[in-house]
Amino acid sequence: MKKIIVLIVVTFTMLANAQSPEVKGLEIAKAAEQADLGFNSSVVDLKMTLKNKNGQTSERSLTTKTLELTEDGDKSLIVFNSPKDVKGTSTLTFTHKVGSDDQWLFLPSIKRVKRISSNNKSGPFVGSEFAYEDLSSQEVEKYTYKFLEEKGDLLIVEQDPVDPKSGYARRVITYNKNKGYRIEKAEFYDRKNALLKTLTYSDYKLYKNKFWRASKFHMVNHQSNKETILNFSNYNFDSGLSDNDFTQAALQRAGK
Amino acid sequence: MDIARRTTSLLAILITLISFAQENKVEQNFEVEIGAEYRFFPDKGQFKNQKDHFPSLSIQPKYSVDWNKGKESITIVTFFRLDIDNPRTHWDIRELYYQKAKGKWEINIGLKKIYWGVTESNHLVDIINQTDAVESFDGEEKLGQPMVEFSLTTDNYGTFNFFYLPYHRERTFSGEKGRFRFPVVIDKDAIGYESDAEEWRQDIAFRWSHYFGAFDIGLSHFFGHGREPLFTFDNLGNVNAFYPVIHQTGIDLQVTHEAFLWKLESIYRNAEAQNFFALVAGLEYTFSNIDGNGLDIGLLGEYLYDQRDEFALNALQNDVFFGSRIAFNDTQDTSILIGGITDLESSSKIFSMEASRRFGSTWTAEIETRIFSNINQSEFILSNFKDDSFLRFSISKYF
Repeated sequence: MKKIIVLIVVTFTMLANAQSPEVKGLEIAKAAEQADLGFNSSVVDLKMTLKNKNGQTSERSLTTKTLELTEDGDKSLIVFNSPKDVKGTSTLTFTHKVGSDDQWLFLPSIKRVKRISSNNKSGPFVGSEFAYEDLSSQEVEKYTYKFLEEKGDLLIVEQDPVDPKSGYARRVITYNKNKGYRIEKAEFYDRKNALLKTLTYSDYKLYKNKFWRASKFHMVNHQSNKETILNFSNYNFDSGLSDNDFTQAALQRAGK
Repeated sequence: MDIARRTTSLLAILITLISFAQENKVEQNFEVEIGAEYRFFPDKGQFKNQKDHFPSLSIQPKYSVDWNKGKESITIVTFFRLDIDNPRTHWDIRELYYQKAKGKWEINIGLKKIYWGVTESNHLVDIINQTDAVESFDGEEKLGQPMVEFSLTTDNYGTFNFFYLPYHRERTFSGEKGRFRFPVVIDKDAIGYESDAEEWRQDIAFRWSHYFGAFDIGLSHFFGHGREPLFTFDNLGNVNAFYPVIHQTGIDLQVTHEAFLWKLESIYRNAEAQNFFALVAGLEYTFSNIDGNGLDIGLLGEYLYDQRDEFALNALQNDVFFGSRIAFNDTQDTSILIGGITDLESSSKIFSMEASRRFGSTWTAEIETRIFSNINQSEFILSNFKDDSFLRFSISKYF
């Protein structure tokens, strides 16, 4: 009799806890966002290595500044340092949780600031295997979620982009719940639902005892056999950036 | 002697100030761009002594230093070109200025380049810098303008830019051997000024710009010696050219909606000798990532109007521009811009193509062509250029 009661209690508890995969997936994404809250601003140098299918490489270097905003999406400023003919070319992006992002481009040779369309999400960023949407601020609202499975500390969640202009049918993200929900791997499926790219994050470092940042992103395109490696260095979370560092005037200063 | 001593001590103070400001690290940067260019004009020039082949070399060194976490800097960009045509052999200080940014404001003192505007086929509101007219046909190359610029970016009311422009730079025109000239070679020093202060007339300008959602707007006003000389003719057919004192009010507007960019630029210029209105309005639509490999094809269409009619220096008085921008988004940044301008009242047409690509990591190559087709003899300015269709190749090396 006692055993039966225990069984019933256990069953009820399980039922109560059994969330739908959608709810669980969303909760994991929110937990990941929560774990990264409060970094305020960051500055990082980035070396991008593009590898074609014959193994030939070319490099770009850039500096990215990010300002964390909670009510709306983050602001970011990207400046190219090389190749030298595009040195100073810069972009300013205001990410929005809902709706399209606002983006300006600065062309240093003629000193022109140009508002550009953020419509092109699926296009490659400067010839790399990263699409614009892969590098834009990851806001929870931009996807719907489905929890797939748990493997030890790893939580695997399917994410479907809300925006029909996305180049993906879905992404499958592997979170590490014991390491501040940092992402270990992302798989991208194209609109025909075929595996397009795999992004592996490695050489993680913990900053300010809270923020996990990978020093290396490795993107492999399975359909074109091209690769792009991003190496991050000189992470700075103490730069004290504010809204004043993310204006069109600041964009022109950055690219001068 | 006294002045020399004072200048020296002032310099000493400045250097000390800068070195004291160096509590943080000082970052210096030096780059050089060297270019070789070949322009070929297949048609014989319609005026005496005009050449057909123009090999040319250019060099552009740039030095910059910043300190105080990048909030203060000095930038120096100089430029030199060697060409067959004498006036096109020229040098310029493109930039030489001190900049300080603090919170919401920024100040710039020295020679600087400023760009205003949104349209592609004509740049009406852009007036701060004199055009380096011998350098390129599209008018996008500019001479450094001496200025004090103060800018204030507010949270809710946009950005305010104030310009004090103490010195006017003259436009250079092609010499005897050069193309894009008139029957009479214009000597830049022969062009006078309306104001007795001549190039030292103290000019001012102001711009307010803001954005609201999809809208980016700019309103500007310039008061001073115009950048375009005004050509007048007496009864005997003698040409008289001078820089008039102008008031120019401008608006630039862009609406960015999905893949559409809707653009408008318009000016009203007011001088004793001439009042006129001009406008460019159009759109740009981009089909992005067409092939899944990053190929972008943009379509451009703009209408151009200028009340000056045939006296408009760039001959764009009632024309339509069509163009296409093709970007491959490959590792070499290959891009092509093709376009055509057609006059709605006459047969005159200008076609253009510009293509560029990077080679390795420090070389770039460019091809440009402009074709003047069926230029109407009644076109006051453009008829002089009717045989000036050209092909240009250039390569640049970056150090």
